[in-house]
Amino acid sequence: MSNDVALHGHPEVVGSHEAHAHHHKETFITKYVFSQDHKMIAKQFLITGMVWAVIGGLMSVLFRLQLGFPDESFPWLEDVLGRWAKGGKISAENYYALITMHGTVLVFFVLTGGLSGTFANFLIPLQIGARDMASPMMNMLSYWFFFGGSIVMISSLFVQTGPFSGGWTAYPPLSALGDASPGSKVGMDLWIISMAMFIISQLLAGLNYISTVLNMRTKGMSMNRLPLTVWALFFTAVLGVLSFPVLLSGVVLLIFDRHAGSSFYLSDIFIASTNTALPNEGGSAILYQHLFWFLGHPEVYIILLPAMGIASEVLSVNARKPIFGYFAMIISMFAITVLAFLVWAHHMFVTGLNPFLGSVFVLLTLMIAVPSAIKVFNWLTTLFKANIRFTPAMLCAIGFVSLFISGGLTGIFLGNSTLDIHLHDTYFVIAHFHIVMGVSAFFGMFAGVYHWFPKMYGRYMNNTLAYIHFWGTIIGAYLIFWPMHYEGFAGMPRRYLDYGIWESFKQFAELNKFISIVAIITFALQFLFLFNFFYSIFKGRKVKDQNPWKANTLEWTTPINPGHGNWPGEIPEVHRWAYDYSKDGRDFIPQTEPIDPNESKH
Amino acid sequence: MEQAAPAKQNLWGGGKSPFNVEYGKTMMWYFLMSDAFTFGAFLISYGTIRFSSHAWPDPNHVFRSFPFIGEMNVPLAFVTLMTFILIMSSVTMVLAVHAGHQRNKKEVVKWMIFTIIGGLMFLGCQAWEWWHLHHQGAWWGSNPFINIDGTPANINFTNLFFTITGFHGFHVFSGVIINIVMLIMTLNNVFEKRGSYLMIEKAGLYWHFVDLVWVFVFTCFYLF
Repeated sequence: MSNDVALHGHPEVVGSHEAHAHHHKETFITKYVFSQDHKMIAKQFLITGMVWAVIGGLMSVLFRLQLGFPDESFPWLEDVLGRWAKGGKISAENYYALITMHGTVLVFFVLTGGLSGTFANFLIPLQIGARDMASPMMNMLSYWFFFGGSIVMISSLFVQTGPFSGGWTAYPPLSALGDASPGSKVGMDLWIISMAMFIISQLLAGLNYISTVLNMRTKGMSMNRLPLTVWALFFTAVLGVLSFPVLLSGVVLLIFDRHAGSSFYLSDIFIASTNTALPNEGGSAILYQHLFWFLGHPEVYIILLPAMGIASEVLSVNARKPIFGYFAMIISMFAITVLAFLVWAHHMFVTGLNPFLGSVFVLLTLMIAVPSAIKVFNWLTTLFKANIRFTPAMLCAIGFVSLFISGGLTGIFLGNSTLDIHLHDTYFVIAHFHIVMGVSAFFGMFAGVYHWFPKMYGRYMNNTLAYIHFWGTIIGAYLIFWPMHYEGFAGMPRRYLDYGIWESFKQFAELNKFISIVAIITFALQFLFLFNFFYSIFKGRKVKDQNPWKANTLEWTTPINPGHGNWPGEIPEVHRWAYDYSKDGRDFIPQTEPIDPNESKH
Repeated sequence: MEQAAPAKQNLWGGGKSPFNVEYGKTMMWYFLMSDAFTFGAFLISYGTIRFSSHAWPDPNHVFRSFPFIGEMNVPLAFVTLMTFILIMSSVTMVLAVHAGHQRNKKEVVKWMIFTIIGGLMFLGCQAWEWWHLHHQGAWWGSNPFINIDGTPANINFTNLFFTITGFHGFHVFSGVIINIVMLIMTLNNVFEKRGSYLMIEKAGLYWHFVDLVWVFVFTCFYLF
């Protein structure tokens, strides 16, 4: 068997675009619905993610209404939500359903599917110089499994007993026992089915990203010339491929506990609502927590790494400077990827974990601060004395760095098992993770959308709207989450419907009202972004310049509206890394330009 | 040797696969790593529950039957046969891959048929064993086998047994389906036309992995 054949096992895929690029007619279905073009799949992920973000964000508005105004009733809520809000007040069960769905939707369907799904699909082939993903077919399936999972998750909102309501972590025994709460009935089954489909989607996507990055780089694109976006997305894919299967095992055992009478997570349980003692014995609810957080912690980095990669690229392009510490960035991301698998038990310090074991996890957790800090200093050094262009994408990237620092610092508090005794499950935790992985990842996503919109649609987004959206959102984000730190320090627990019954938390009534009002305004501001996005697709200013940001990477060597296959002729060859900005008196030197013998070394 | 050196330097230089493998094989290796984590999670769950239980049934007592020989006491004889069949099917798979390297279609067909038969026999054995245990009253949520120290039956023994061997059996089933597809593609000359039997090799990777997992599953449930 010749080596050539081995490498191009599917002649119908590899190289077919060169031969047939202008021959085969595409129908609406193959172009927009069951598309195998990575750029279209990226847009599908992005727009599905946007729909999910609106739904998940709206849920947060609804429960913030309850938290900010616990004594008032909103009759219009009953008109909108029906029996979820009898008499204009959200019932306790539905409040829990809202926070559960808000978490699940935002973590998995927006910040995982919507973020890495969009940018890995869009950027990997374009930036490494490939015509498409390794397997366009699997790529398409990955989107449709994601979509199917979305439909199942949405359908759980409409069942009689409501969606799952035991928190996005779905801890048993609550999630294992249908009698324990209405949300644990069919809503939980739909949650599990939806997550299983999501995991399949992530697996298909991750395998594709990994093999595309490893195998399909264009000539000259060595690993140490890859843009940091591609490195980040590569590590994201590795994390996903190795951590999601453990969640799959966890939920498979859970579904057996729910329906087959097994006792993997159950032992010695009495259900008050039905007044029965269950026969289950010998299981361990903590086991589920281990399995869940073995995914759950890497998941944080699955969300954050793409945002880091996007920010690195956008910062360097708009600072007109090479990224500071390119190799340090890669090594940091590698360290984060490895450590991500070794810190899961810091979510479990108060489960009765052995304190000695806890101290090991404290050490490993605090070690993550090192690569994170290296990355932050590299971003700041890249900005230092730079000739910055404050494009909307650049502002969002800077916003990402700001939020990552603010949220990262509180992570050092929470990583300590002793401090965690006081702080766990308080609003301090809510503030921490919303800033460090929620809002900051959103800013990474905004930066990516503003920056690559011209490549996606051949038009620009409106800058004025973008600036208003940026400033409103970043101020809003800080105003929402900064005060929560104080509530958390005071010990205010998360996941409660009404804090009025506690004397010690009555002092926060006005603060909660303030947070809720800002949250509603900030949510409303996001429609500015959505309007800007959809309006600009059709009516935005047209891109005339092939390389509007004067960037070095390969995606800007394609035509303004690249077809399937990306480059009409040969794929360009790469001769240098992606960050030759302001070098030898030149503003930028694209990756495709051969190295001049007189050029200075970097 | 002098000529090989510069080529080696450029392995990661782009424009070619650094491991000299086609993308599908890279994907298969990463998929197997992913799947290893799935089974790893199951077996770690098994270990966690087993070691937090005070006692466990005796496998020599539970798995002592053999089909068609009545009540004779032959501990672990049947599972030994099952394991032997599965390992033999791995050997025939190796031979199929080897024949594929030599582009010998007739041999590929022959060894693929043997591999498929081996897989089906294993599944049949597993079906019999499940049926037999179920017949004795074992199922998810019910365990008729008392612990080795005479204490009441530990319910999680059967829960784990059926879940994990079931999940493995599902993998074997998928593998048999994949092998049948490969056989049909071979018979239709797909690989002849393509000039390579690489797909057989990828199916082989999966098949060997499933065998390897069985070794761990077997050790956990039957030997300890």
